[in-house]
Amino acid sequence: MPDLLIELFSEEIPARMQRRAARDLKKMVTDGLVDAGLTYASAAEFSTPRRLALTVEGVLAASPTTVEERKGPRADAPQKAIEGFLRGAGVTRDQLEERETPKGAVFFARIEKTGRPAADIIAEVLEHAVRNFPWPKSMRWGTGALRWVRPLHSILCILGDEAGTEVVPLEIDGIAAADRTAGHRFHAADRFSVTSFEDYVSKLKRAFVLLDPAERADAIWHDATNLAFANGLEVVEDRDLLAEVAGLVEWPVVLMGQIGDDFLGLPPEVLQTSMKEHQKFFSVRNPKTGRIERFITVANRETADVGATILAGNEKVLSARLADAKFFWDNDLRTIEAVGLEGMAKPLAQVTFHNKLGTQAERIVRIEALAREIAPLVGAKPDLAAEAARIAKADLTSEMVYEFPELQGLMGRYYAQAAGHDDGVPQACEEHYAPLGPSDGVPTAPVSVAVALADKIDTLTGFWAIDEKPTGSKDPFALRRAALGVIRIVLENQLTASLTGFIKKAGGLVAENSEGAADPTAGHYAADLLSFLHDRLKVYLRDQGVRHDIIDACIAMPGNDDLTLLVKRARALAEVLQTDDGENLIQGFKRANNILTQAEAADGVEYSYGADVKFAETDAERALFEALDRAEAAITPAMKAEEFGKAMAAMAALRAPIDAFFETVKINADNATVRRNRLNLLSRITRLCTSVADLTRIEG
Amino acid sequence: MSDSIQVPKSFQEIILRLQTYWAEKGCAVLQPYDMEVGAGTFHPATTLRSLGTQPWAAAYVQPSRRPTDGRYGENPNRLQHYYQYQVVIKPSPPDLQELYLGSLMAIGVDMSLHDIRFVEDDWESPTLGAWGLGWEVWCDGMEVSQFTYFQQVGGHDCHPVSGELTYGLERLAMYILGVDHVMDMPFNDPQTPIALTYGDIFKQTEEEYARWNFDTADTEVLLRHFEEAETHCREILDAPHEDPKTGKRIIMVHPAYDQCIKASHVFNLLDARGVISVTERQAYIGRVRALAKACADAFVQTSAGGWQPESAA
Repeated sequence: MPDLLIELFSEEIPARMQRRAARDLKKMVTDGLVDAGLTYASAAEFSTPRRLALTVEGVLAASPTTVEERKGPRADAPQKAIEGFLRGAGVTRDQLEERETPKGAVFFARIEKTGRPAADIIAEVLEHAVRNFPWPKSMRWGTGALRWVRPLHSILCILGDEAGTEVVPLEIDGIAAADRTAGHRFHAADRFSVTSFEDYVSKLKRAFVLLDPAERADAIWHDATNLAFANGLEVVEDRDLLAEVAGLVEWPVVLMGQIGDDFLGLPPEVLQTSMKEHQKFFSVRNPKTGRIERFITVANRETADVGATILAGNEKVLSARLADAKFFWDNDLRTIEAVGLEGMAKPLAQVTFHNKLGTQAERIVRIEALAREIAPLVGAKPDLAAEAARIAKADLTSEMVYEFPELQGLMGRYYAQAAGHDDGVPQACEEHYAPLGPSDGVPTAPVSVAVALADKIDTLTGFWAIDEKPTGSKDPFALRRAALGVIRIVLENQLTASLTGFIKKAGGLVAENSEGAADPTAGHYAADLLSFLHDRLKVYLRDQGVRHDIIDACIAMPGNDDLTLLVKRARALAEVLQTDDGENLIQGFKRANNILTQAEAADGVEYSYGADVKFAETDAERALFEALDRAEAAITPAMKAEEFGKAMAAMAALRAPIDAFFETVKINADNATVRRNRLNLLSRITRLCTSVADLTRIEG
Repeated sequence: MSDSIQVPKSFQEIILRLQTYWAEKGCAVLQPYDMEVGAGTFHPATTLRSLGTQPWAAAYVQPSRRPTDGRYGENPNRLQHYYQYQVVIKPSPPDLQELYLGSLMAIGVDMSLHDIRFVEDDWESPTLGAWGLGWEVWCDGMEVSQFTYFQQVGGHDCHPVSGELTYGLERLAMYILGVDHVMDMPFNDPQTPIALTYGDIFKQTEEEYARWNFDTADTEVLLRHFEEAETHCREILDAPHEDPKTGKRIIMVHPAYDQCIKASHVFNLLDARGVISVTERQAYIGRVRALAKACADAFVQTSAGGWQPESAA
């Protein structure tokens, strides 16, 4: 069976898109082949900066001929219906067969699909793939209308077996498929023909192209670590960078360069950021001192001077960049020495945070007041939390952060240390932005927690106050992220506090800085913001496997603005619902609730009080009374002590007596007193159960 | 190959070699536009001529001004006034990358010793309402050029697509000439009797403009200029297409576009003076973009923009 080889050769494809594109090519082509009846044994995709390649082995030489019988309209159907059927089935009138069925004479069409040679199918499938390729961004070039990520230059598409290889005839907007490709842009630019995948890979290698990105990454990592090791150093691992660099070269050549002595005193993160973001360099560390001392760059070619010119150029570029960084660092330290961090933060009075929410400086005052309030609850000294809040954003005015925005917070820590702050304050400067995403770490140091929470609550409250809430996919102020931050900080630190209290406090502060903000006490936005936090909590807990109805049942209970308590309740409920008793109790509860609601609707009264054991007529009834007394005696103190597990267990113990009650007792007794007493008993069940969680919201 | 490559001796030699190279490749070698602009792209030879269907090939040096980048001539590579070399060809030829690499060889970059890379960089000009895809070109880790396939200009899709090359001349020349500080770079041949460095010519002007840009430019006057340029641009475009004097169809796109350029530069000056807040910034950029769009709309109504009388109906 033949093998297929495809290569789409273009100008340089962005590194971040290559692997995904190669996978998309594989999926589009193999799916297309299979849909057309061409099965295959195996397929593999590859990419370099200038090409996407796909090899498909063991493809059927032709798709099999298939026969399908399709039932049509009755023989006496209107002409229009018959014509429609003919069109749909792609047959003519004389090809129809009339058959007697229990419903009368009916037309049948026999549709035979003749198998087609693989090359025809491949040509169609590949053309479709090229014309509909899901590039994140694509473009036109020259006078053409074809879109590709960058100009597409050639298509290699060959189908071969033992007997020989043929080019699959195919032309897309003037680009005819052939069996030719080109090697490395500078080492081996001439085009050459290939006969098979093996031939393709080996000829490319001779033409200075390693086709497989994994092989390039391995080669880079291997050479980089060896080079560092030989100098008694180690490469700082960075998988994203490795993948990116492997997408920037076809023929990786690893070179190690020097960082000027002047710059070795810069914070290692500054060195790393400069080198990685701008130059795509790996950092090389001295394992003894932990300092970054050299860099690794990956060139795309070999040279007669063994990379000396390339390395000298790269060192020069790095020096210029680091000279800038050092200039900023020195200037910033000078500023701090002169005016301190609070002085450095002064220009924030001129920076608008949002035109309805005042300046950054005003926001800092709010965060400080809020952090003071939060501090005692998280075990931080209020004065330290306030100090950290005042300086945490000072680095936004620093020259370093202006140049490298990704260093915000981190520079705050360095600068706070340099200014002599201590006791967790520098750490809070760095950590108060955290967590920045679902996988980012959550601060645990008390001062950091206080400022981080204050920052996020101020943001959320502020935007709620001016009614700038996220809608659909639009969340320009990253409020969902801030909400998730609040949730994770509270839960992971097991903080028990009323969020509504903080929101109202924050709202009062916002109202002082903003003319357009709603009054948090008069408006409903505090409740609305809390329900937004609940929605985000649901998403967060759902990802951890907690059912949404369980969370709803707990949100419906009082004290729901204490998220730690809320989650404790939800987890206890989830646990008890996993037991047999728990699950059956829900059924019993629902039955009780349904009967009660119907009776109340029918009778127009509320059965809520006065069930008395003296009207009980059966043992099961009396047993339920006893069980309820027992359960209540256990549940009430347990709830008070927030021991939800205990309360839930006591509730679950009601399952057997409730089941027995329903099995043997007729609620709607003829005696009106007995009936009323039984309905009141049901009401006791539902009231007791819903004192633990709102079980009416549990599904199933 | 390396034997045949002669390393240039001066900044101007690099410019002259680029001029010769692109002239040989068929470009009309134009002169700089006679107004203050932030980049070579603003030259109507690029913005306006990349619109419409008419073929185009031009190359030119464009003095460019970025007031906020002024450093009193002290920073080794930052200047408020610098030079860009700009090449624009429509439709973009299939071998544009090779043509570009040829130009690097022409100015003394030995391809067998250097590492040239095309690194993703999508270009967007919010003030021109323009975007394109392409790369920044790296030579040994240093960005030496921008390479862009224009997809849209002034809100119009580019059909055909223009290929645009922009060389940052000072940086590129410093690298080729092995100079560490721009002011030390030989402007003409250092062996001539009157040898001039870049600093001999521009150190003083950098100081003067830095002081003016940052501290003394009259912001009230500038704000008024901005408003006037904006109004004037609109008025020019609103004029009837038929010239009452000659009876000819004359749409005054270029005069209007001059006002757009002026507004853009005045905005840059106001920005350097620090009188534009973060929120206002976007609004100003939007106003300049609206002018650029209006000019683009008008240009495609002219013959240079591909308009033909019979298509008028």
